[in-house]
Amino acid sequence: MTFLKALVPVLVVFFTITSFPAISGAQENPYFVAYDHYLEEPGNLEIEFFSTFGTQRQGNDFQAYWMEFEYGAKAWWTTEFYLDGQTTFGDSTIFTGIRWENRLRPFKQEHFINPLLYVEYEHKSGADKILKEGEGHDLEADFLTPNAVARRKISNEMELKLILSTTRKGWNFTENTLAAKNFSNLPWEFGYALGASRPLALKASARRCSFCPQNFIAGAEMYGGLGDRYHFGLHDTSHYAAAVMGWNFPSGWTLRISPGFGLNENSHQFLLRWGLSREISGFGSMIGRLFRGRP
Amino acid sequence: MNIRGLGFTTLLICSVILPAMATQQLCSTASPQNPKAESVYSEIGKAPEKARAKRNPLEKDPDAIAAGRILFEQRCAECHGHNAEGGKKGPGLRAPEIQNAEPGAIFWILTNGVVRKGMPVWAKLPEPQRWQLVSFLKSLGATPAKTETLLSGPRQPQPRDLSLPHH
Repeated sequence: MTFLKALVPVLVVFFTITSFPAISGAQENPYFVAYDHYLEEPGNLEIEFFSTFGTQRQGNDFQAYWMEFEYGAKAWWTTEFYLDGQTTFGDSTIFTGIRWENRLRPFKQEHFINPLLYVEYEHKSGADKILKEGEGHDLEADFLTPNAVARRKISNEMELKLILSTTRKGWNFTENTLAAKNFSNLPWEFGYALGASRPLALKASARRCSFCPQNFIAGAEMYGGLGDRYHFGLHDTSHYAAAVMGWNFPSGWTLRISPGFGLNENSHQFLLRWGLSREISGFGSMIGRLFRGRP
Repeated sequence: MNIRGLGFTTLLICSVILPAMATQQLCSTASPQNPKAESVYSEIGKAPEKARAKRNPLEKDPDAIAAGRILFEQRCAECHGHNAEGGKKGPGLRAPEIQNAEPGAIFWILTNGVVRKGMPVWAKLPEPQRWQLVSFLKSLGATPAKTETLLSGPRQPQPRDLSLPHH
């Protein structure tokens, strides 16, 4: 029954996304946690659904998911809104919070290393399990608390990231440094994410195709916590390494898959992530027409 | 999470994201006749000498134009029009400012964008794909029109239909 409940958001998202007719060809990176320096094209909306299956020692495995609405407000500003939820097998399915994320590009042109500023506000419960980043002293054991108890603990948090990314010979290398502050009296927490990826082919095919190698991007990412202001370092932190693969369909859909593994005893042993997204070009124009009141 | 949380969510969407979408759209009109188009064209003149001097490595690749055409339809047509004639957000790319520009300068614009004027950075496309786009854009120039003139006499230039048969 819990499994069936977990399927409901998947089906809702699928039918929502497919109901939009305007699409554009996407060229999305394959990362789940790391960010590169590329922003959403202005006026485009990307609707994304991500799911993470995780194993849990001494407790029930879980499946967490989030829905993401990513909008290119300007060529230098992308804003994203998230809805998070999770199903803990043998326990319950619950909504766990929202996030509002902004990525800003400070420089006009491409450089050898391209910085991007990231600011996020999170309003989430203690039952949140999406593992969208590694920060502070997050441990596998934190997820043992039953949903009914964990959901009562609400936190408001601001997260800042400095994203440094470069692309050379088709390879993208990115490094994200994270600092997060809970608005209650908790210290600053830190984390990191690293990523590398490359399309399987650099030249585009002269015909439309779904299986052409340029539509596939493969790579790896690694992320984890770096403690907090008072206990900075690797002690009591969790770390993960994952292979990532993205498949950009010419129709505007992107499928991502990532098997990941915990790198120490504080980490979940295995995480299987997948995500489906669709880019809708000209979404801003549709909304603009609504405000202007003419076709 | 409770009703208050959901209320907050709705408020956030209404107060921040939707106005951001509307503002972006109301402020972005760069049709070929629009003065903004001129200012976007002028950006191409800012390409550094070193970038201008770059040769298109796919100049003689017989597939480059066809591949560039598909890339154009997927990435560029939304703003620049399906026939590259210009759209609500992007200027026409058949204009002399583009057709007379060096391939290296067009490649430079694709790589760096004109971020403050709404043209995104396309460096996320691998270099060969950006050169394929350059090949396609340069193919929109005067040569086919000359051929048409030879075949059918002088007439008003018409935008070519860029649509491709689906395989």
